Amino acid sequence: MSRHTITVTVNGEENTREVDARTLLVHFLREDLDLTGTHIGCDTTSCGACTVLLDGVAVKSCTLFAVQADGGAVETIEALAAGGALHPLQEGFWEKHGLQCGYCTPGMLMTGSALLAANPNPSELQIREAISGNLCRCTGYVNIVKAVQYAAEKMAADEGGN
Amino acid sequence: MIPGSFDYHAPTTVEEAIGLLARHGAGAKLLAGGHSLIPAMRFRLAQPETLIDLNRIPGLDALREDGGHLVIGALTREVAIEDSGLVRTRYPLLADTSAVVADPLVRNRGTVGGNLAHADPANDHPAAMLAYGAELIAQGSAGRRTIAIDDFFTEFFESALAADEVLIEIRIPAPGKGAGGAYLKLERKVGDYAISAVAVQLVMDGKTCREARIGLTNVNPVPMRATGAEAAVAGKELTDQVLEAAGKAAAAQCDPSTDLRGGVDYKRDVTRVLTKRALRKAAERAKGGAA
Repeated sequence: MSRHTITVTVNGEENTREVDARTLLVHFLREDLDLTGTHIGCDTTSCGACTVLLDGVAVKSCTLFAVQADGGAVETIEALAAGGALHPLQEGFWEKHGLQCGYCTPGMLMTGSALLAANPNPSELQIREAISGNLCRCTGYVNIVKAVQYAAEKMAADEGGN
Repeated sequence: MIPGSFDYHAPTTVEEAIGLLARHGAGAKLLAGGHSLIPAMRFRLAQPETLIDLNRIPGLDALREDGGHLVIGALTREVAIEDSGLVRTRYPLLADTSAVVADPLVRNRGTVGGNLAHADPANDHPAAMLAYGAELIAQGSAGRRTIAIDDFFTEFFESALAADEVLIEIRIPAPGKGAGGAYLKLERKVGDYAISAVAVQLVMDGKTCREARIGLTNVNPVPMRATGAEAAVAGKELTDQVLEAAGKAAAAQCDPSTDLRGGVDYKRDVTRVLTKRALRKAAERAKGGAA
């Protein structure tokens, strides 16, 4: 089996590690970098709990090899609360009760952040479509949608205030 | 679940990828979007000794009209098709299809070329490309060749690609006057494969359907054209009776198997209904312009 030295910028910080070719990106994040905020859910590319951003694109990190991210930039849930202040999405999940057990939440937040970066004012339908690859087994979708709407409004208001 | 061990290569040219394929033979697999292959590797359904990652090869992500065709690079991702105004206005069947492949996160990585080369009868693009009469461009040690989509799917999960060939491009004929298309899929939930799905590309001449090509998803061991249904509508006005005859022909010709998505009779009946609806939608689009 081949081993590879890879350099991945994770949450703004360059990390160089040697990995097996078969190391999945999610295992690299959790086990090599101790970033355990990214969850492993279904292990079958279905649930989206492991969603991270790779070069700004939301991907299921259980379905990419770490070596594929060599030279790329990954953002995980750990980077969302910049400087310790909750991101408007996190605030939205708090205010609107967007989580119950919390297992899907990191993935929901990363997908939500990619959505709002591309479309700052999404319709309810667009939010529902965007999170359709993220499963919430508590079935808390109504409040998750409300939380994303809260974040969109908050971000628009913050933008307007500056 | 951890995949079995393998050697990983990331060539930066198609020629280099072909050389690796030729050297490593049957133990090698090509990695495109990876959203079929990597899950299969995690289940140990696929255990390649060598993985050849195509994602570092530049120039395989085309999406443009050129010489009477829509040219799609084999690594063009589903999300690029979904976001394309050109596809939405001129190739609605393709737009319909990409929008229902798996889920949005998968579509950020999944590629049209991979969806075809995997030759899974449950995948969505095979039916769409059969309906379009697409051409596939493959490159191998012996050079490039064009494979008609009708000759591409040979057996269950088997394609006409030789062991040392890489699919590099898909070409869809540009729509002429009166062309219209649609893809209708019934799925239990987002992200699942189709219970059945029907792709239609037709040409209308006033009220008459001059010709139609119809592809079916996940109701046959090999992606198939519903030639009986095509014959039932060719040269005819699409009346309720003609549509019903086409739907019945598609239902009779396909060969679904019973699984967790339903029994044979149910899948045939879904195919009948979707064939009618897809024909009607394609004809409406043909009348209203390509969109």
